[in-house]
Amino acid sequence: MAEKVLMKGNEALAEAAIMAGCRHYFGYPITPQTEVAAYMAKRMPKIGGVFLQAESEIAAINMVIGAASTGKRAMTSSSSPGIALKSEGLSYLAGCDLPALIVNVQRGGPGLGGIQPSQSDYFHATRGAGHGDFHMIVLAPSSVQEMASFVFKGFNLAEKYRMTTMILADGTMGQMMEPVSLEMGEIESYDKSWCACGGSGERPRNIVNSLFLKAEELEYFNIKRYEKYAEIEKNEAMYEEYMMEDAEICIAAFGIAARVSKNAIDEARKMGIKVGMIRPITLWPFPKAVFNAAADKVKAFVSVELSMGQLIEDVELATRCKKPVLLCNRSGGMIPTLEDVLNKIKEAGGIN
Amino acid sequence: MKRVTIFAGHYGSGKTNIAVNYALSLAKEGKAVTIADLDIVNPYYRTKDSSEVLAENGIELISSPYANTNVDVPALPAEAYRVTDNLDRYAVIDVGGDDRGALAMGRYSPKLLEENNFDMFAVINRFRPLTSDPESTVEVMREIEFACKMPFTGIVNNSNLGKDTTEEDVLASLAYAEEVSRLTGLPIVMNCVLSELYPTLSKKISKIFPINIYVKAKI
Repeated sequence: MAEKVLMKGNEALAEAAIMAGCRHYFGYPITPQTEVAAYMAKRMPKIGGVFLQAESEIAAINMVIGAASTGKRAMTSSSSPGIALKSEGLSYLAGCDLPALIVNVQRGGPGLGGIQPSQSDYFHATRGAGHGDFHMIVLAPSSVQEMASFVFKGFNLAEKYRMTTMILADGTMGQMMEPVSLEMGEIESYDKSWCACGGSGERPRNIVNSLFLKAEELEYFNIKRYEKYAEIEKNEAMYEEYMMEDAEICIAAFGIAARVSKNAIDEARKMGIKVGMIRPITLWPFPKAVFNAAADKVKAFVSVELSMGQLIEDVELATRCKKPVLLCNRSGGMIPTLEDVLNKIKEAGGIN
Repeated sequence: MKRVTIFAGHYGSGKTNIAVNYALSLAKEGKAVTIADLDIVNPYYRTKDSSEVLAENGIELISSPYANTNVDVPALPAEAYRVTDNLDRYAVIDVGGDDRGALAMGRYSPKLLEENNFDMFAVINRFRPLTSDPESTVEVMREIEFACKMPFTGIVNNSNLGKDTTEEDVLASLAYAEEVSRLTGLPIVMNCVLSELYPTLSKKISKIFPINIYVKAKI
């Protein structure tokens, strides 16, 4: 399908998952993510796939664990409170070294919060998606096109490293409509000899498990997993730079915040303010090196986010606090305006 | 023209923007107009986003008090009955997408059918993947009619790719709309185009209706 089509972010994501070979979707409706489930419910039966509305988010993530154990491309999606419920399963997926795609179309929190867009699950996605030592690869789309293409990237990375990829979107990314090309590229194929899909007794049984009776053994696998994480940090960090060549102020922003920031940068440039942006595309692994290098050139950073100050911590860590990092934020379902960002850029410009 | 004009169609086909533009065009003719948002499906991008321009033009807006808030309930306001009960005003009804959205219309259909002074237009867009060919478009139309218990009376061709829409895209959609018209026996009542494209396309297309975008992402 080379021709462009007009799609909602949630629909584009769902269609891309089908094109990526996903035939096992388990979910539970929640605003502003429901169109993913609705689209899957319509399409999956027509192509011989499984759409199953589970009795709860916890049931859905455990179904993903089951399907992923057989080597199938499985996914679930939800919004913030629902993703919190899935956290136990995310930890089990990591403990079992299973590839899976999890989508979080974030809304305001904490608690039941609200249905308007938010980025306040940044810590959850990058730090504490469940108990135990583990990471997920976290991709942050900033357009309907990326909602689709990151599904392809996400499944490929998940299988390459046998781990969970999370797409961390926000309500606006899920709900907005934009033209999108569903030309997605290659479905990469990786070794699946580990999967538990039945055998004829000719090989030792494959067991998918996260329980270890000996502490030494558990530690061994944790260390092995972190060696893999180190490899991913080295190879897979992704980002986009905007007007950074001569920038004296560097904005850090992802998703919807990056789009507002881009417009604010264009306005600031008209006023002669040298400002640029580094947009992290992978939130884990965080693109530390590019931020650290920028810290030697710019005089200040501005973290623009739909949360109370979460991304800012990674910017400070990556830059070793070499330069001040200002916070420009709204929360609870509110989005920083172009003027909010512009004012913060001016404030950063006053720093000497 | 009929007293009540209903816009229904596939999810994301452009009903809300068309309803707002249509209500504005009626108001400019000096008619007393009420616009009712019966969308119980969409959480963002609602008729309410246009409340300022509607108020400036003297159009009465009936919308859920919970639209654009954090309250996630499919509520319809009691005021919506004004559409069927106040026969002195023209009414434009913005229905939610697909059969699920159209279900809410069923509550008002007995009175509208009894009065028999309505048009229900199917808004179609061939650039939406689930209505990309005439056959699947007609299927969605049938599902909507079944859900709201009302028949379509005309077709609004709103084939577009958002801000990327070109003249060629619009021209290429005419055959698609004509085929939907042939399959359903319903007339094409409007061909919607972005107002930027109106000057050139108005010479080439009949029944053309220019659209300004009032309901959109603010980025």
